[in-house]
Amino acid sequence: MTSIGTGYDLSASTYSPDGRIFQVEYANKAVENSGTAIGLRVKGGIVLAVEKLVHSKLLIPEANRRIQTLDRHLGLATAGLLADGRQLANRARDESSNFRDSFRSPAPVKYIADRLGSYVQVYTLYSSVRPFGISTIIGGVDQDGPSLFVIEPSGVFFGYHGAAVGKGRQLAKTELEKLKLSDLSMREAVMEAARIIYLVHDDSKEKAFELEMSWIGDETKGLHVPVPKDLLAEAEQKAKAALEDFE
Amino acid sequence: MDRIDMHRLKQGEVNLGTSIMAVQFDGGVVIGADSRTTTGSYIANRVTDKLTFLHDRIYCCRSGSAADTQAIADFGHYYLQMQAQVLGSAPSVLTAAAIMEKMCYQNKDQLSAGIIVAGWDEKAGPSVYNIPLGGGLFRQPWAIGGSGSTYVYGYCDATYQEGWGKDETVNFVKNTLALAMSRDGSSGGCIRMCVITKDGVERKFIPGDQLPRFWEGKEILGEATQKPPAAISAVSDVAPMAVEV
Repeated sequence: MTSIGTGYDLSASTYSPDGRIFQVEYANKAVENSGTAIGLRVKGGIVLAVEKLVHSKLLIPEANRRIQTLDRHLGLATAGLLADGRQLANRARDESSNFRDSFRSPAPVKYIADRLGSYVQVYTLYSSVRPFGISTIIGGVDQDGPSLFVIEPSGVFFGYHGAAVGKGRQLAKTELEKLKLSDLSMREAVMEAARIIYLVHDDSKEKAFELEMSWIGDETKGLHVPVPKDLLAEAEQKAKAALEDFE
Repeated sequence: MDRIDMHRLKQGEVNLGTSIMAVQFDGGVVIGADSRTTTGSYIANRVTDKLTFLHDRIYCCRSGSAADTQAIADFGHYYLQMQAQVLGSAPSVLTAAAIMEKMCYQNKDQLSAGIIVAGWDEKAGPSVYNIPLGGGLFRQPWAIGGSGSTYVYGYCDATYQEGWGKDETVNFVKNTLALAMSRDGSSGGCIRMCVITKDGVERKFIPGDQLPRFWEGKEILGEATQKPPAAISAVSDVAPMAVEV
């Protein structure tokens, strides 16, 4: 970003001479400062996991959740500005319930990703608004099975087998690439997700974090629900053990 | 209006006083309709096509106002094209029926439309949805509609059987419609049918002079009044009703 401070970054409706929109790139910076969020598309469903950085010991455990439910079959995890994640989730809920209303069937994951992508993109067009400071992982199970999408601040969205956004995304991606995602069971995926989140967490910079996990698929009868407490505890314990072996 | 007439039609409105029907069977659905369109007692069209295309494997049978149901079917067709384009796959019959029902319910004060949506889709296979006058969505193994249907509910209840194949179902539709058309003054003309399966849509046409015929009441009354009194007693196994001379 060599052109910073030359005046082309004051508005999302201004291009720089080399065709970039700096406000969108700054929005990506907001994502990069956030705790990591990952999504795994495996054999029977989707697993979402978030490294939620706890910035104060006074906070109630499980406050400010970053994984949200959009519909019975849809879940969303965000990295970036928390409030933007809430706003986008609310929009997604509207889209999903409107789809049900109009067509009497659950919305395909791709449709919701498409609609949210368009919604996010609009916020890159006007000088009066700022782009969304979040990257969003949408997971869900529809007629065609499980699917996973990431929406970036620019409004583009891609489908993935495994997705990682936020601070530790690079390391998380290399870890995800090592897995045979399409052969993994949902339970195995929960273990791997927990391990990756624990692995990418940087103890030296941030001390406290909470592992937040949800899943959708065969294990949950197609519903988006938090991973059960006992399984989460098991996954965390295994993750810590794996981390000690690693170090 | 101090009095609401049966179909809430406007003065001179073109009416599909109709017999329509849809029946599901193992591999698909058979839909059928008569071909009469009326304005009052005048037959505006005697070869109408009331089986209307909504999507590749989804049709609807229209009854009520011709103008209203044509408009609804046009909108339904449009929405389904949009839906197919967005999703990248063929819409389900349920989705088609839900769209049609929404229009019928939300505009119930302006419309007179009784529609049956039927077809085949990848998810549910063959299905039939009935949308009565003011809206509402009901999945049924068979559905009949229009003014003529009231005459043949008993026939359908007594005749319909689960597990029929295509040919039996086609015959059921043909016979039911012929019976309805013979009793209902505002139904008649020809029978149009469609067989919708996974593989496509096959149209069938029964001209008005080749409709299935059932008891028409000529034998007893005709013979009783025209033959001399001696001849009546000769037909001993027939007990005629009292005949006025």
